[in-house]
Amino acid sequence: MRRIICFISLLLILSNTAYAYSSNPKDFINEMLGETINTLSNKNLTKEEKAKFVEKVAVENVDIEALGLYTLGELRKSAAKQALEKYQESFKKYFLKSLTSRLTDYSSSKFEVLSADKKSASYTIVNSKISPGDGSPEFKIDWRIYTKNPDKPLIRDLIVEGLSMARVQKEEFSSILSSNNNDINALINELEKFLKK
Amino acid sequence: MPIKKIIIFLTVSIAIISSNANATEECFEKVSRSVFKFNMIFDDIILEPVAKGYNKLPKPIKTGTNNFTSNISTLLSIPNSLLQGNLKQVGHATGSVIINTTVGILGFLNPAEKLGLNPHKEDVGQTLGYYGVGPGCYFVLPILGPTTARDSVGLIADTFVDPFAHITIREKELFGMSGNALDYYSLRGTKAVDFRSNNITNFESLEKNSIDLYSSMKSAYLQSRENKINNSDTEDDEWGNLDN
Repeated sequence: MRRIICFISLLLILSNTAYAYSSNPKDFINEMLGETINTLSNKNLTKEEKAKFVEKVAVENVDIEALGLYTLGELRKSAAKQALEKYQESFKKYFLKSLTSRLTDYSSSKFEVLSADKKSASYTIVNSKISPGDGSPEFKIDWRIYTKNPDKPLIRDLIVEGLSMARVQKEEFSSILSSNNNDINALINELEKFLKK
Repeated sequence: MPIKKIIIFLTVSIAIISSNANATEECFEKVSRSVFKFNMIFDDIILEPVAKGYNKLPKPIKTGTNNFTSNISTLLSIPNSLLQGNLKQVGHATGSVIINTTVGILGFLNPAEKLGLNPHKEDVGQTLGYYGVGPGCYFVLPILGPTTARDSVGLIADTFVDPFAHITIREKELFGMSGNALDYYSLRGTKAVDFRSNNITNFESLEKNSIDLYSSMKSAYLQSRENKINNSDTEDDEWGNLDN
């Protein structure tokens, strides 16, 4: 019985600390990327196990709520609370699905964290480079880290070769909204359609 | 086209696009979306398979091809850096072309990079942007892809300031060298294949994860041009406003 209690306690401790990374932005990205790439390239894990891992890492380390608000643009200020909640729910699912897909695409690549540039009390940009497994030239990825709570840095954006992925997303959503009279429900429908693919 | 007519065309075009037109505005979205669809089909049938085949070539051949096309493209950066008054970049671009064309065996090697020469790629669209000409509205050209009013004017003007275009399209002689239009378009085609082959995964990932690929490509193009004009990555202030 004591053994079982010890085992359960150990499991609980591990499950709570497994994805706790350093609070230093550079180390945070280094540790998180290292673990994610190792897990995604682990041939013993199933696709579902990998997706579950990415989801857990993303939920804990990406500021999905802020990203959802940012990508909604100005509409976030005028949308009804209920519609906004529904949007955030769909956005979270959409984000996790596309993130898992994107990370899987790059799982054979090598990442190297190079430096960190503190922009303000709230933001640090961590610079990294990626060497694709297919032999294509390496390219740089910068990570916009939200550091308002210095103990818990959160990722807010990925800047691939100078292109902000959050901004691409925001402008994509903006196009859908503007062709649907700024109806947030039209955007939610599009997100739901993507989730069913 | 006589030079006078070209100058009038460019002046009128610049006058139109230097207004407050916002690049997120479309010139003719429905047409652009149709052209975009055509370009995607062209990509699926021709460009992507060629790029995938090209990717199977040995790495030294691909690197050499990339160096060769990049070296010739740097020629366009010389007059544009000069027009922007960036003498340091004129030095980098000129030095890079001279060293790579001679020591680097016609540009197939890139010894200039090892010597610390790192020329930015500059074109007339960027030069116009440098002088405050706005991008104007956005549209998509068949085969050539996304552009703006300013950049399409720049694209035409490039052929007048680019020394390589001068000796190929115009078949003039420069330092004893000359060529023909086929050389010019072959180089452009090779550059496109090389670029596409380096971005197979990026394109596939974007295509798979976009809910409106046309808008994603538009955003990527506009951001990329903005960064090239500023010679740095742009910062989005809206992140700062998010917490207010």
